[in-house]
Amino acid sequence: MAQLIGGVATSHIPAIGGAIHKGLQQEAYWKPFFDGFPPIREWLGRAKPDVVVVFYNDHGLNFFLDKMPTFAVGAAAQYENADEGWGIPTLAPYRGDLDLSWHIINSVTAKDFDLVTCQEMQIDHACTLPLKLLWPESVCPVSIVPVCINTVQFPLPSAKRVYALGKAVGEAVKSWNSDKRVAVLGTGGLSHQLDGERAGFINKEFDLQFLDSMVTNPEWATQFSILELVEKTGTQGVELLMWLAMRAALTTSHSAVRLVHSNYHIPISNTATGVLALETLPAPAAAAAALSSAA
Amino acid sequence: MTQTAANIPGTTPFDGAQARKGYALNKMCFSFNSAANRAEFLKDEEAYMTRYGLTDAQREGIRARHVLQLIAAGGNAYYLAKFAGIFGLDMQDIGAQQTGMTKAEFQAKLRAAAH
Repeated sequence: MAQLIGGVATSHIPAIGGAIHKGLQQEAYWKPFFDGFPPIREWLGRAKPDVVVVFYNDHGLNFFLDKMPTFAVGAAAQYENADEGWGIPTLAPYRGDLDLSWHIINSVTAKDFDLVTCQEMQIDHACTLPLKLLWPESVCPVSIVPVCINTVQFPLPSAKRVYALGKAVGEAVKSWNSDKRVAVLGTGGLSHQLDGERAGFINKEFDLQFLDSMVTNPEWATQFSILELVEKTGTQGVELLMWLAMRAALTTSHSAVRLVHSNYHIPISNTATGVLALETLPAPAAAAAALSSAA
Repeated sequence: MTQTAANIPGTTPFDGAQARKGYALNKMCFSFNSAANRAEFLKDEEAYMTRYGLTDAQREGIRARHVLQLIAAGGNAYYLAKFAGIFGLDMQDIGAQQTGMTKAEFQAKLRAAAH
């Protein structure tokens, strides 16, 4: 069976694309953000995933309001990036993994999730930039399965529902008859708000609690309704749903996780940025970790 | 509980009522993903707005480059950002306009959130 090696979550601001393009990673403004990534890249270099399932939210590249799916799963051999209208450079296409796409679609639908499936799907900065941050090389070594979750038009799926979806995706990965190594990636957040008189809203206290919950209490944020999350994290802070899906995928089979690295920095653009990587522990280590935490 | 009963100050969740009201405006802004469409808009804004069937309130907001007016007319932040992109405005320009601050003041507010 396939191995679920762990997961990463990160912010996905468009301006990151411009900074990468211009090579500004070590400039004073950008350094505290980009410096969160080398320890995670080192871990990924050792863990060597072949495929990454990416939970992200489209910002009006592939989906418009004419057809707005709650959950959409890509099933394409290749995913192209394109002009999003705000002047960031377009990145090269990413390879898909059709076998895992269809395995996820079949297993998750069997668990009563109603998905939209996409044999053609453009991926925006929310999918491409995190991949570029994790694999800066010109040819990305991993293939992907994009899972798009609606955060554009309310009603959004509840945090509880997104968590359940993430868990179902994790179970699908673990039941995939393949020798491939799989990672999950969630992109978005943390607290920020672009629109309205409350633009510029950031909530450091909530973000830090949320980051901590990713390690110690993964379901913590599912207690909040979507509007409570908007109130606490901003209209776009609600993108933390993607982190929840990623984290939930790692809870399958009661596997324990180890924090590889995390970083939090305010602000990049209007956003409180976060990145976090978790490694799943093999069964014996997971049992030992459970024993020692019980003792 | 529905997600439309929000009462968060300075915040307009983009719900069904907003989506109905703003469809023409958001569809026009979505078209700005294409460089050719951006150029065509700049060539003749009025004709471009007519083609997408914008309401009077939406046309006013576009002419004034006024983000809060556009949100009141049903605009969604993600699509409006494509409109702002035409003029090279970034998120701090937009934030400053909406909060009545200078850009430097808005940036200082963001930095202050770190403490």
